[in-house]
Amino acid sequence: MPPVDLFWGKLTWSAIPIHSPFPMFASAGVAAVIIAVLAWTAFKGHFPYLWREWITSVDHKRVGVMYVVLALVMLLRGFIDAAMMRAQQAMALNGPGYLPPEHYDQVFSSHGTIMIFFVAMPFVIGLMNFVVPLQIGARDVAFPTLNSVSFWLTATGALLVNISLFVGEFARTGWIPYPPLSELGYSPGVGVDYYLWSLQISGIGSLLTGVNFVTTILKGRAPGMDLMRMPMFCWTALASNLLIVAAFPVLTATLAMLLLDRYLGFHFFTNEAGGNVMMFMNLIWAWGHPEVYILILPAFGIFSEVIATFSSKGLFGYRSMVAATMGICVLAFSVWLHHFFTMGAGANVNAVFGILSTVIAVPTGVKVFNWLFTIYGGRLRYNVSILWSIGFMVTFVIGGMTGVLLALPPVDFLLHNSLFLIAHFHNVIIGGVVFGLFAGYTYWFPKAFGFRLHEGLGRAAFWFWTVGFYVAFMPLYVLGFLGMTRRMQHYDVAAWQPWLIAAAAGAVLIAIGTGFLVAQLVYSIRHRDALSDPSGDPWNGRTLEWSTASPPPQYNFAVLPEVSALDDYWVQKQRASNNRSADSVPSYSAIEVPRNSATGIICAFFATLMGFALIWHIWWLAVLGVAGALVTFVVFAWRDQVEDEIPAQELARLDGLDRAARPRASDQSFVS
Amino acid sequence: MSASVIATHRGSESKRVVAGYGFWIFLLSDIVMFSCFFASYAVLVHATAGGPDARQLFDLDRVTIETACLLASSFTCGLAFIASGRHSAMLFQASMAATLALGATFLALEGAEFHSMLQGHAGPTRSAFLSAFFALVGCHGIHVLIGLLWLMTMMAQVYAKGFRNDVLRRVLCFTLFWHALDIIWVALFTVVYLIGVAP
Repeated sequence: MPPVDLFWGKLTWSAIPIHSPFPMFASAGVAAVIIAVLAWTAFKGHFPYLWREWITSVDHKRVGVMYVVLALVMLLRGFIDAAMMRAQQAMALNGPGYLPPEHYDQVFSSHGTIMIFFVAMPFVIGLMNFVVPLQIGARDVAFPTLNSVSFWLTATGALLVNISLFVGEFARTGWIPYPPLSELGYSPGVGVDYYLWSLQISGIGSLLTGVNFVTTILKGRAPGMDLMRMPMFCWTALASNLLIVAAFPVLTATLAMLLLDRYLGFHFFTNEAGGNVMMFMNLIWAWGHPEVYILILPAFGIFSEVIATFSSKGLFGYRSMVAATMGICVLAFSVWLHHFFTMGAGANVNAVFGILSTVIAVPTGVKVFNWLFTIYGGRLRYNVSILWSIGFMVTFVIGGMTGVLLALPPVDFLLHNSLFLIAHFHNVIIGGVVFGLFAGYTYWFPKAFGFRLHEGLGRAAFWFWTVGFYVAFMPLYVLGFLGMTRRMQHYDVAAWQPWLIAAAAGAVLIAIGTGFLVAQLVYSIRHRDALSDPSGDPWNGRTLEWSTASPPPQYNFAVLPEVSALDDYWVQKQRASNNRSADSVPSYSAIEVPRNSATGIICAFFATLMGFALIWHIWWLAVLGVAGALVTFVVFAWRDQVEDEIPAQELARLDGLDRAARPRASDQSFVS
Repeated sequence: MSASVIATHRGSESKRVVAGYGFWIFLLSDIVMFSCFFASYAVLVHATAGGPDARQLFDLDRVTIETACLLASSFTCGLAFIASGRHSAMLFQASMAATLALGATFLALEGAEFHSMLQGHAGPTRSAFLSAFFALVGCHGIHVLIGLLWLMTMMAQVYAKGFRNDVLRRVLCFTLFWHALDIIWVALFTVVYLIGVAP
């Protein structure tokens, strides 16, 4: 090992991949886009606005929107990785294709890492941030500044993964870095370290989000908002955040052990000195399987909201839905071993986990029937979000059934690590999580910005995504049966190639669908006046978020709602149309709103320094980063004025303007 | 309309309840993290790779003194909490200083133990058992160290700002943290040291 420079650590000019064209082009492209955006922002003079209203904002709605923006940007990055893989496999019969193996391995690793940690997670958390406080009738989350810190730590993780494109390399181990491959002996480069530090830092962000939302939902609800009056999305958010609180510490501990192995020569998972590789599998999947439910449960909640709203009918079987959600929440911790049936734990152990894995399909089945019965007898309005929901129901059931198949240990021994597995989990994650997120994005967009997304472009995006999904992933099931394993950089079985070309064509369709999503956003922003929704309730909604203005004021509700029923806003609207006198001017009292704080972004700045320094063994900079983050916290704790008061008079004035601008919900006639 | 409202849920809780509750949730997650290190210790405890095992390494006398220090510091920490409730700055600072001294003694003894083990070629790189031991005990030690930094910050905050509501909430969270470290140490003392040297 060469001596390590005290100032630069392991960082040298050779870390910049001058001779590999793809990373260089990609980094140059990313750098150009970033510089262009920064230049445009500076030129237009938007920086003070961005700093004041967004970057330092602790408002849960702003933080939520920033999470979603981060997720959408990273979705593009992750999708480019996917397209590169599909292109490589379509052409690599008996040949090297166009991606060298060491680069291909980084591409599939970063694809998985980015899609799970920096697309699905921030998208889910972003929607929860935006929606949950509004739905439970709260003015903010329990700990607003902590919320901003969580977001910026997540962004730090995303930044570190993207820095690895240009400085050094990313892991070549897959998105779950199994030892001993991920140990220093077999992965001596900085790739695995990039993976580990970016996940440790963003993982702390996720954990703090979990703490924040469990507290918000259990302690911050409006008067009368009993647990059994909570909208379904809040229930699923509660279950998801309970899972975060219970599962993410496991990830932190497991990755910490791997870090100790790599940095200080410990022997948790090494082949030597008694290390136990299989302990890593058990620990990482004790986090990894609940993680699946952390992502899918909020998606289930979104579908429940969307389907009830657009069927103009209460959710069928609300109580069974709550029971199913909490049942999944508990069962999520009892199935992790099905990720490694082939480890050799024995027939009895495999049988127990096989049965539990099939049992978890039962509450999910309950949910699907509940959604179907909600639609049945309702007056369904075919909006883009309901299209995503129906697409989900069809697609997810197929994915669920292949999952039940894989849950049977004898079948798993045949299909383990084959493309059948890849097809299965993309089937549930795209068909479940991603469709759900798009449904939620379409559904709550007008609440966030006061105008709707364009319908036609949304429909086009939906159809290209859905058809593209089937064209891209159904062939992978076939390839799994034909014996093709995952992560192959090249192969010599001619019978596979037609299916791989079909899959690549599917990726092209998804790319077109993604293009329509971008076009939809751009078009809708440019035509926001024509698409504007002054009512605050464009879909004839049922829950409290639709009772306030779009976008809602910082304090959400001028007067906290008094909740008397499930689907309280719907009930209020029904009652108001019968009894006009219900609309009286409320009595206002002064409220406190949290002050903006730069704590989040400053912490993230120091966390980025620390992460980068630790990856490259630049010890002095790591110490500086830790110290900087600590000092930031102490300075934050030393503030004297943490909240601003809005006096009752001012509140009455603001709310009066807001009420005057909106047609009363009860006066509207809703045309589908 | 208001007559029909049956507000069974009272609405949002006070800031003190919210802060304490949220911090409890965090502590639970911290305990989950410790449980992983406990589990790895249990898996690897016999993986000594021909190196020293628990009975050869642990000095129960020193660990007993450590335990006594930490348990006593929980008592003084409780005194500090009572003092903060009565807005008695003198008692608060004295109790916190005692907690600081006891916690620092604990850390010094633990440091001495680690030092002697490292000197005796029984460091974490020797075997998987020692890796798991150093990670578990060290993780608790780092928590104590962070607790001491927090403790000094709280002493300074009470000195500079007095018993303001937000400071009181932080004192509450700090005491919860300190007691939780005690609970973890009781488990650690039992699982690692007592069972380790048991015949």
